[in-house]
Amino acid sequence: MGEEILRMEEIDKSFPGVHALDHVHFNLNRGEVHALMGENGAGKSTLMKVLTGIYSKDSGKIIYEGKEAEFHNTREAQEAGIVIVHQELNMVGDLTVAQNIFIGREFMSGIKINDRKMVEESKKLFDRLHIEINPTEKMSNLTVGKQQMCEIAKAISHECKVIIFDEPSAALTEKEIDDLFTIIRDLREQNMGIIYISHRMDEIKVITDRVTVMRDGTYVGTLITKDCTKDDIVKMMVGRVIYEQPKEKSLVPDDAPVVLKVDHLNAGKMVQDVSFELHKGEILGFSGLMGAGRTETARAVFGADPKQSGDIYINGKKVEINSPEDAVHHGIGYLSEDRKRYGVVVQKSITENSTLACLDDYISGIFINKAKEKEAAETYIKELDTKTPSADQLVVNLSGGNQQKIVIAKWLVKNCDILIFDEPTRGIDVGAKNEIYKLMNRLASEGKSIIMISSEMQEILRMSDRIVIMCEGKKTGELKIEEATQEKIMDKATRDIK
Amino acid sequence: MEKTKKKSVLSLFSNQKYIVILVVILLSAIFMIASADFRKYTTFVTLLDMSYYYVLMGIGVAFPLITGGVDLSIGTGMVCYALVGGYLVRNAGVPVIVGILVALLFGIGIGALNGVLVAVMDLPAFLATLCTCMITRGLGSLLTFKSTVPWPTDKQPGGWFHSIFKITTGNNTKIPLGFLWVIILMVIMAFVLKHTKFGRYVIAIGSNKEATILSGINVKFFHIMAYVVCGLFAGLAAIPYASAIPTIQPGTGAGVELDAIGGAIVGGVSATGGSGSIEGTFFGVYVICLLKVGLPFIGLQANWQQVITGAILIGAVMIDIVKKRRAIATGQAAA
Repeated sequence: MGEEILRMEEIDKSFPGVHALDHVHFNLNRGEVHALMGENGAGKSTLMKVLTGIYSKDSGKIIYEGKEAEFHNTREAQEAGIVIVHQELNMVGDLTVAQNIFIGREFMSGIKINDRKMVEESKKLFDRLHIEINPTEKMSNLTVGKQQMCEIAKAISHECKVIIFDEPSAALTEKEIDDLFTIIRDLREQNMGIIYISHRMDEIKVITDRVTVMRDGTYVGTLITKDCTKDDIVKMMVGRVIYEQPKEKSLVPDDAPVVLKVDHLNAGKMVQDVSFELHKGEILGFSGLMGAGRTETARAVFGADPKQSGDIYINGKKVEINSPEDAVHHGIGYLSEDRKRYGVVVQKSITENSTLACLDDYISGIFINKAKEKEAAETYIKELDTKTPSADQLVVNLSGGNQQKIVIAKWLVKNCDILIFDEPTRGIDVGAKNEIYKLMNRLASEGKSIIMISSEMQEILRMSDRIVIMCEGKKTGELKIEEATQEKIMDKATRDIK
Repeated sequence: MEKTKKKSVLSLFSNQKYIVILVVILLSAIFMIASADFRKYTTFVTLLDMSYYYVLMGIGVAFPLITGGVDLSIGTGMVCYALVGGYLVRNAGVPVIVGILVALLFGIGIGALNGVLVAVMDLPAFLATLCTCMITRGLGSLLTFKSTVPWPTDKQPGGWFHSIFKITTGNNTKIPLGFLWVIILMVIMAFVLKHTKFGRYVIAIGSNKEATILSGINVKFFHIMAYVVCGLFAGLAAIPYASAIPTIQPGTGAGVELDAIGGAIVGGVSATGGSGSIEGTFFGVYVICLLKVGLPFIGLQANWQQVITGAILIGAVMIDIVKKRRAIATGQAAA
C-alpha cells in the first residue's frame, strides 16, 4: 500500500428533508482496493457523487494528491484522474466500442473524427487489460460483462489515478467476476487507488484491502479486510448479526402434493427440455450462472414467452398457458428480476399497484371500488410489514425492499398459490433482504409454493428446500437441500462451460 | 467467430439503405413500364422540381429524428419562411437574396426555439413542435397580412433564383441543376452525421441520452443544434418551394412535414432514435416523391398515394423493430 492519494474530511450534504451525508470521512491510498459498504441509502453513492462533482458538498474538504480540490462536474474529476465505473452501464448502444470509449474526447483531424486512431488506441487499452474485444463492434452486441470491460477500458484511458467501481459485479457471471478481479489486481499493481462499492461480502473479502462502512449518511468505521470477519462488517452496517446459516433440511413433508409439474419444456435456445416438479409449501431454488436460462424458463412457464413444446400440469391437471393472463388465471404469480420494468408501476400508488393484477374483483358496476381496493392494499401493507406512511404513497418513493413487497402483495391479492420469485433480493439492502426471506418462509409455511431464481449462492442455500441447477438452457441437476453444497452446485452450473 | 463473415453479407441486405435504393429502382421501373408518359424527360424534370424541398426537409428532420425526437413544424415553417421572404421581396422591395436570407434566419430561429423547448424545457418533441407548427402557420398569415405571396417569376427581375434549380438551354431543354445541389448537401450532411462530433453526439443522444450526459458532453447544446439544423433546412427548403409554387398561400404547408419524416423513416432512420443515415433519408424521400408523381400516371389518384405511402412506412418501421428485436435476442443469447 502506498501513500495517501485522496482524503475526504467532514463531508456534509443535505437535500430537502434528508441529511444525506453527515460529516463523513474517507481516505484512500495508492495501490489499494478500498471497499465502501453500507445498506442502500447509507450514502455511499452520494459520497461518490460529491467526489466526482455530480453533487456539490455543503461543507467539508476533499484533499486530492495533497491539495484541496473541488470538482464541479464529472469531466473536471476525470481530467484530474478520478473516474467512476457506473453500476448501470453508461454505454451508447448504437455506437461502436471505440466510439464509446472516446466519447466526448474524440481524436480529430480537422473537423473529421479520426475513427481509425480511436480503434487503435482502444486496442492498446484492451491489450493493457489483457482482454479481447473488437473495438469496431457495436456496443449493443456485447454481453454485459464485455460492456463492463469497455467501461473499465474507458476509465483507464483517462490516465486516472482513482477508479470507483459502483457495484461492478451485479450483472456479471462468476467467470466474468474472476476476469474483473484480475483486472482490478492489475490496476492495483499499477499503483492506482480503487474504491469498490459492493453488497457482496464474499467479494469484499477476496478483493479489498480495507473496508469503510457507512450507515444512514454517517461514517461508521474503517477496518483492515484481512483482520475482520464478514460478521464484523455486517454488524457495522446494520448494528446486528444477521448472517445466517444455510437451511439444514427441507421443511416440506415427503408426501406433499405436486402443485406444478413442468414436462419437457422447450422455448428457444435458453430453455431446452426442462422438466421439474414443485411441491406444495416448497421453496424450489433455481441456481445457475447468468444466462443459464432460469429466467427464460420462468417466463415460458408464465406464458410471457412462447414455448415450442412441453406440458404444464397444475395440481395434476394439464393446463394451457399461452399468456401471462392464462398463468395468472391458473394461480401463478411472477415477480420479475427487473422490478422497475416489469414489477411495479412506480408512478402509481401502492393501492393501484396492489390490485393491478385483479382489478376485475374490485369493480362495482363500471367503476373501480376505491374503498375496497384500499382496504385490500392496507391489509397487505400490515401483513407484509411494508414501511409506508399510507396506501396512497407512490411506489417510486419506497425503498427497493418495500417495492418488492408491493409486488408480492399484488400476487397475494390475486390469490396466487404458485409464486415465481426472480432474483427477489437484487438491489435490496441486507436488512430488507432478511425481511423478504422471512416473508417467503412464511408464505411457504402457509402453503404457497415458491420458485426462487437466485444468482446468490448464499440465498439459494439458505432458502431452498430443493435446488434445480441449470446451465446454458438445460437442467443439469437437482439437489435436496440436505445434500447440497456450494461446490456441488457450482460443479453442475458450470458443467458444460469448462 | 465463424459467424462474422455470414453476418457481413447479411447486414448488406438488412441495411435499409440498400433496400430503399432497390425500392427506388423498382418503383421507377414499374412506372416506366406502365406508363409511356412517365418515361418522358419532362416528367423526370417535374419530379425533381418538386422533390427538392422534400429532400431538404428530410435531411434536416433526420437530425431530430435520430436524437429520438421529431420536428412537426417544418412543413408550416417552410411555407411561413417562404411567405415572409417573398412578402419582403414583393412589398418592401428588398433584393431576392435578402428575402432568402430572411427565410433561412427565420428557419434557424424557429429551429432554435424548438431546440430550447425540447432540450432545455424538456417538452416532448412531438408536443413542442406541434405548437411551433401551429405558431408558424399563424405567423405566416399574420406577417403577410393574410395575402398570398408570389415570388418573382423567372422572367421578372429577381427571378434569377429559379436558375439555381433549373436552367433552360438554348434549344429549350431544361436541366434540373437543383439535383446537383441536393446531392452535394446530402453528401455534406452525411459527412456531418458520420464523421463530426455534432453527428456523433446526435446519434449518442438518441441512443442513450443519460450515458451521453455522463460522458461529460454538453448534451443540451448538441440537442438544440439538431433542431437548429432542421430549422435551417426548412429555411433552405423554402427556396425551391418558392421556385416551384407560383403563388404561396398563407395557412398551407401542414402535412408536408409528414412526407419528409416518412421519407426519412423509409430510408432507415430509426423511429425511436439512435440510428439512421442521410443517404438513406435521401433515397427514402425519393420513394415518397416517386409515389406522388408516379401513381397518377398509372391512374391512381392522390389518395392512393397516401394509402401506399402509409403501407410502405409500416413496412419500414417493422424492419426497424424486427432488427432491434433481433439485436436484443442475440445480445441475450451472448450473455
